[in-house]
Amino acid sequence: MTERAAVTAESVYKVFGQGAHAVHALENVSLSIQQGEFFTLLGPSGCGKTTLLRLIAGFEMPSGGHILLDGQDVTDLPPNKRPVNTVFQSYALFPHLSVRQNVGFALKMQGRPKAEIDGRTEQMMALVKLESMADRKVAQLSGGQQQRVALARALAPQPKVLLLDEPLSALDLKLRKEMQVELKRLQTETGITFVFVTHDQEEALTMSDRIGVMSAGKLQQVASPRDIYTAPVNRFVANFIGETNLLPVTAAKGGYQLGCGVIVSADGNGSTLSIRPEQIRVADSKAKGAIEARVTNLVYFGTDVHAHLELGDGAKMVARLPLPPGGDTGLMRGSNICVDFVPGAARLIGE
Amino acid sequence: MAERNFEVSRLPGFATTAIIVFIILYLPIITLMVYSFNGGASIALWEGFSLRWYEIAWNNDAVKSATMRSLTIAAAASVISTVLASMAALGTTRRDKFKGQTVIYVLINQPLMVPEIVTAVALLIFFAAVKVATGYQGLGYLIAAHSAFCIPFAYLPIRARLEGMDLTLEVAASDLYASSWQTFTNVTLPLLMPGVLAGAMLAFVISLDDVIITEFVKSGGQDTLPTYMLGQLRRAITPEVNAISTALLGLTVVMLTAFFLLTRKKN
Ligand SMILES: Nc1ncnc2c1ncn2[C@@H]1O[C@H](COP(=O)(O)OP(=O)(O)OP(=O)(O)O)[C@@H](O)[C@H]1O
Ligand SMILES: [Mg+2]
Repeated sequence: MTERAAVTAESVYKVFGQGAHAVHALENVSLSIQQGEFFTLLGPSGCGKTTLLRLIAGFEMPSGGHILLDGQDVTDLPPNKRPVNTVFQSYALFPHLSVRQNVGFALKMQGRPKAEIDGRTEQMMALVKLESMADRKVAQLSGGQQQRVALARALAPQPKVLLLDEPLSALDLKLRKEMQVELKRLQTETGITFVFVTHDQEEALTMSDRIGVMSAGKLQQVASPRDIYTAPVNRFVANFIGETNLLPVTAAKGGYQLGCGVIVSADGNGSTLSIRPEQIRVADSKAKGAIEARVTNLVYFGTDVHAHLELGDGAKMVARLPLPPGGDTGLMRGSNICVDFVPGAARLIGE
Repeated sequence: MAERNFEVSRLPGFATTAIIVFIILYLPIITLMVYSFNGGASIALWEGFSLRWYEIAWNNDAVKSATMRSLTIAAAASVISTVLASMAALGTTRRDKFKGQTVIYVLINQPLMVPEIVTAVALLIFFAAVKVATGYQGLGYLIAAHSAFCIPFAYLPIRARLEGMDLTLEVAASDLYASSWQTFTNVTLPLLMPGVLAGAMLAFVISLDDVIITEFVKSGGQDTLPTYMLGQLRRAITPEVNAISTALLGLTVVMLTAFFLLTRKKN
């Protein structure tokens, strides 16, 4: 790595409380986020995403480990001495100040000259298209507008890193989609490193350069959206991102043997095979690697049909099959069919 | 709306009872106010309208100096108690729960619970010793005593305001490069202001109104308006007392209205 990372976490631990009531919010989290990257922390509720963000911002001190910003150890610095800003989930706008004063707050605290404050404030309000509301109190704004003020306020002092804690979760679906595009545009335009927290996997997959998947205080996998989806490293990631079928396998000559006896090929290592529903197709019974299955249920989803399958050994799978133009797959509940896997799609994963 | 809930106002005789209660509450005060405009010297016999007693009270030097003293003490006590109460409120709410929190609440609110006469006697004895030791005779004793019993009145609205305040706002300020002091002056204090003003106003009114502690603590010639009036009652009662009371009532009503407007605004 030649470039210095924007954010580095070195074996970070965070424990809340003591003794029997201790909560291990983060365990041995090591992470390196590059300059200008759109990095997303993704995980279920309570997995420690906010805690990691608060440690980077300086609102909490780690119980162990170090936080580095731009190569400099900031573990002991208070939040106001760190070149990072936060967009809070609740926005946390100052209700006694106008939009303009909110946006200019950080620059004023830094004691910048008035001309600079005014100039940058205008520029920021233009960036988020709020010029016409500059003198309103924040309580007189809609949720989406408040969201923009929070963004402009955090971007105004030109931080090295912007931290966003589920900034879109309070918006309705349409506004959410708009803001996703808007956020991505802002990030590209400003070139600032974004660390974005969400528990919405679709949001994470569409917006991020890289994703860190978290569970129970541990970082499970850090990779590009594509790799996270196609090459999950363990059962948790495979299950959490999209839908998947998990089947136990044993190593055998020429590949890996499923419980029903069929030998298939797969990449990766581990004793569980993961195959996405859309990567299972109907096959000829004589084809190599064809698996006999009984259709236990058929559920129609617009252009697809979800076929619930039961294999010879009782293992269950779901296959997502495209509906042909006529809308008839020729499948029937209770009938026996043969399926196989798209070549290269099956992955072996660890626990 | 169709269902019939129990409502007190539907009970027979509700209106009558309410009217009687209001009359009992306000008739004495109304009588007092009416007789302050009496032309004669009686507080019971109406002899025509006049502003005479207001004029007499206005020109009475004893009333003037007692009024000035009352206002000075109330202003000083309300400032001191509000500052102390603000610090106490910040100290008790801006942190995790701690052992002995309830004890501290009780201690802060102690003046509300200890009978006033007990405090008065205790202060009399204590200040007597201080007077002997220091020789100081000034208004300081009254200001100190008033500040002390005003603290819980100032504390309650300030604490209520602080408890309703969003703590992430302070976190956000520190994230936006504000030092702790800048956070306090730019975020905490402006948001706390309605509570502080309400507390100060309440403390002012409570101090203005006090008789018992003042009566015990004051040195000779240190009458406040209420203790002056008490002294007058022992002699001849004229509508002058009514006039002073009415003026005091007017001031209190104005301040309490301001208090309610300020505390209501926060919702
Ligand atoms: N101040 C605290 N005191 C005690 N426990 C805490 C504290 N803050 C967080 N925790 C615990 O740490 C764990 C991680 O919390 P965190 O807020 O980081 O989760 P999260 O991933 O952000 O979840 P969500 O998606 O619900 O926001 C949780 O079990 C939480 O209860
Ligand atoms: Mg969270």
